[in-house]
Amino acid sequence: MTEAAPVATDRDAALVERVRAGDQRACARLMTWAERNDPRYAAAHRAFVGSLGTAQRIGITGPPGAGKSTLVEGLAEHWRKTEDRTIGVVAVDPTSPFTGGALLGDRVRMSRLVLDPGVFIRSMATRGVFGGLARATDDVADVLDLYGRHTVLVETVGVGQSEVDIARSCDLTLVVLHPGGGDTIQAMKAGLMEVADVYVVNKADMPGLDRLVQELYDVLELREIPEDQRPPVLTTVASNGQGVAELADAIDGMVAERRASGALDARREENLERRVRRLVDGRLRRDVWETQRLAEHLHKRLAGSGTLSAYELADEVLDVYRGAGRDQDPSSNDPSLPDTSPEDSA
Amino acid sequence: MRTVDPSSGGKTAPRSAKFVTWQEAFGAAKQREAPFETVSCEPVPPLVTQDDVADLDAENEIGLPGQFPFTRGPYASMYRTRLWTMRQFAGFGTAADTNARYKYLLERGQDGLSVAFDLPTLMGYDADHEHSLGEVGRCGVAISSLQDMETLFDGIPLGEVTTSMTINSPAAIIWAMYLVTAQKQGWKLDQLGGTTQNDILKEYIAQKEYIFPPEPSMRLVVDTMEYAAKHVPRWHPVSISGYHIREAGSTAVQELAFTLADGFAYVEACLERGMDVDAFAPRLSHFFNSHVDFFEEIAKFRAARRIYAKRMRDKYGAKKERSMTLRFHTQTAGCSLTAQQPYNNLVRTAWEALAGVLGGTQSLHTNSMDETYALPTENAVKLALRTQQLIAYESGVANTIDPLAGSWFVEDLTNKMERGAEEIFAQIDEMGGVVAAIEKGWFQREIARSAYQFQREVEAGRQVIVGVNKFVEEGEDDTIELLEISMDKENEQVERVKKLRAERSAPKVEEALARIRKDAEGGVNLMPAFMQASEAYATLGEMTDVLRDVFGTYRETPTF
Amino acid sequence: MDEPIRVLVAKPGLDGHDRGAKVVAAALRDAGMEVIYGGLHQTPDAIVQMAVQEDVDVVGLSILSGAHMTLFPKVKELLDAAGAENVLLTGGGIISPDDMAGLEKLGVGKLFGPGSRLADLVDYIRAEVGQRRTAAGSA
Repeated sequence: MTEAAPVATDRDAALVERVRAGDQRACARLMTWAERNDPRYAAAHRAFVGSLGTAQRIGITGPPGAGKSTLVEGLAEHWRKTEDRTIGVVAVDPTSPFTGGALLGDRVRMSRLVLDPGVFIRSMATRGVFGGLARATDDVADVLDLYGRHTVLVETVGVGQSEVDIARSCDLTLVVLHPGGGDTIQAMKAGLMEVADVYVVNKADMPGLDRLVQELYDVLELREIPEDQRPPVLTTVASNGQGVAELADAIDGMVAERRASGALDARREENLERRVRRLVDGRLRRDVWETQRLAEHLHKRLAGSGTLSAYELADEVLDVYRGAGRDQDPSSNDPSLPDTSPEDSA
Repeated sequence: MRTVDPSSGGKTAPRSAKFVTWQEAFGAAKQREAPFETVSCEPVPPLVTQDDVADLDAENEIGLPGQFPFTRGPYASMYRTRLWTMRQFAGFGTAADTNARYKYLLERGQDGLSVAFDLPTLMGYDADHEHSLGEVGRCGVAISSLQDMETLFDGIPLGEVTTSMTINSPAAIIWAMYLVTAQKQGWKLDQLGGTTQNDILKEYIAQKEYIFPPEPSMRLVVDTMEYAAKHVPRWHPVSISGYHIREAGSTAVQELAFTLADGFAYVEACLERGMDVDAFAPRLSHFFNSHVDFFEEIAKFRAARRIYAKRMRDKYGAKKERSMTLRFHTQTAGCSLTAQQPYNNLVRTAWEALAGVLGGTQSLHTNSMDETYALPTENAVKLALRTQQLIAYESGVANTIDPLAGSWFVEDLTNKMERGAEEIFAQIDEMGGVVAAIEKGWFQREIARSAYQFQREVEAGRQVIVGVNKFVEEGEDDTIELLEISMDKENEQVERVKKLRAERSAPKVEEALARIRKDAEGGVNLMPAFMQASEAYATLGEMTDVLRDVFGTYRETPTF
Repeated sequence: MDEPIRVLVAKPGLDGHDRGAKVVAAALRDAGMEVIYGGLHQTPDAIVQMAVQEDVDVVGLSILSGAHMTLFPKVKELLDAAGAENVLLTGGGIISPDDMAGLEKLGVGKLFGPGSRLADLVDYIRAEVGQRRTAAGSA
């Protein structure tokens, strides 16, 4: 995966065609390429990007235990039953960076969808994803778009900035909370309240519903958002389907409205910009620390240098990097850097 | 969980000069390379003295057998009157195959029957259901209807034996079939004795063979308890089971506490229905695991009786002594057996059984040495039964009641078990009770963690398992004879169910199933409806399907 | 092998005894693998569907009910039919040596009984997946 593949080979193009034609295994394999940051994916992406954009992407986030997976299952079932709509699900399970691996259990909560060929579910871990989880998630969602899925649901636990970012990189972001969990405060800390287009209070049959809804209104009040622009607050009991149809309709309605008003295009442009910035950030980081071996340089300097300021060392690392950059184009080792500007591919 | 000073029994009272001398000598001695902990990963002291149990109120906490708090046993005379019931759990293939095995065991001195059902039966599916594929008759006997139940007990007088049935989610239906079978043999309901496991809470917690959500499942349990109290007074409608909790990987104290907590949840559910505690509590029974750590297990059994007696009297207001006495069945630990060097399993099982007897069990199942590979052969089962008979008739341990009482070590360990369980009860209460803790995945997570911790200790060689991580024989060849169950059995059973469906009276079945639906929706006790449907030869799957429709099904959120 | 090994751990059939499946799932995670937990009571069709969508290297099944001679061959057959013949099918449970040998002939990998060491399982999976990835090229 260090060798460059500037253009997609015939074999790679064939995989893309198989995905487009609805081949499930090809779809899964293309996702694996994306996850592994395989250069073949970046090459293929440039070729198929023109066909993307038909899927509506819904981000679903919230604190652990809010019932997100069950809600995803409910929404998917609803759309399958009422209009045979095809669904893609990306279930992201962030796991401890200390254990080295990941245990992804979201599928069990969506087990009713397993045998439906109209639903494709992919589990993703934070581990093993080079260049950031959000990058890989966007790519996996792209593959589902290419695969022809009408609606792609991207589910992630809203515990950290990168998870919140994932949910934000969609056409619409749902923040799911549940009563009795002290969720509002946690959600505010995690930056969830700012990204919500819709609040879903799930497990609405549990005690504490009224209080949570009131807290949400209070937060919105504090943020001084004009009343007509406030995100709606919907209640559901995903475990028995209550409120799920209404939520599905609200989602479709909001996406349609945004599409009509041009807000959707603006949102997608914002997302694209963030995505490009993430790619650039990731590559710079990789270039500084790995390609130019500046981590090694830093380690050498750190040995016995207790009196040096962190600022001083940072300046030094960047000086070396800039110096090295003049001798060697940092992008030459990075096969996945696009040679077209992001605007061209939008 | 708790740490104790390894050089003492845990207390820091002023010590005698002689003790201090011992302590110095012990400290100076070389210690062998070992973690000195129980199989539950609890540290064990090298010595326990009288001082360590100085606070123990022996008269009231240990007492005498047959007296509150029953630490020394539920009965005054224990095994001097009657040995424990030797009850080997068995079942495989068709009802006819298992019927033959029961007759074999009864002829060789077994006292009571214990039915193992196959997975389709345990999950409420008929043999011909698509989910039953490959599972029919494999880990127990296939019972799809009253017809199979009649064959299972053909020639066995149900008024004269006691039968234990390991069945949970569809327990009420299977019990109804059993009652109808006995009636057809000519017995009255009040002549029948036995046990249905019927402990659904531990299914959510450990064994995961649930069908319906907790609430309607609890209702079915209470229906059977109510029906038994009124009509089948010699029956034990629930056997509150720790066995599976332990097999799933819990520690000894978790097994103790989770099991008793489940039992108290049933008690509370019955009280909520307006039943009198002394009307149902005398028929509650328990079922524990006997694992390899000899003294830890004995202490667990003794602590169980004491905790139960105190709670039943003080919290639930039991007046009858029988409502306060915990009686239990024991099975040796299947999870302690190894595929490597299978003959070692005979030896492990022997001392696990001994721990059950020294702990005062009322009945006992000993596992067979070949069960890490398959269901046991007749020979292996016979050896397992002989193990119990050797303990009963040759070892002499059954001659004196609770012979380990007063051992400072055992009494101290019993106290620790009780305290540990009380801590766990407090945690469960804080979460809002057993069902709430199940829904949070708390028990499941606690057990998964204990199981993983134990396994890692085995991998690291801290917990020694002979033949697995010590005294391993490379290229060993301990081949043993194994039981093979022909795949034809499945087809045989499938055909039998299909034939039954074609031959029975369809209108009677329809009518009976409609009544089940009505009673399930209406909240009426379902036992009479199940008995009517059994008589009409409605199948287990048909009855369970009606309940699935009314109650819904359960799915757990996995925890690790 | 720099890319994490992806493993689907599931319990086919009606058996609910999940101690082994969970301990194995946790151990594989701790060995640096991405474990997709497929849960209890899964049909062979569902298992294969999950394996394909998740593009796993390994499917690990735990069966303690005695139904292994039906379930392992069925899953293997469906994997092959789905074009996932390269996926390693392994697992464990209460399985006699004769049955293990019989399943191996059908293309099922090594099976692990009670008393197996987790380290042996991890080593086995790493070695097998390493070989299969090499044989299949860089993908």
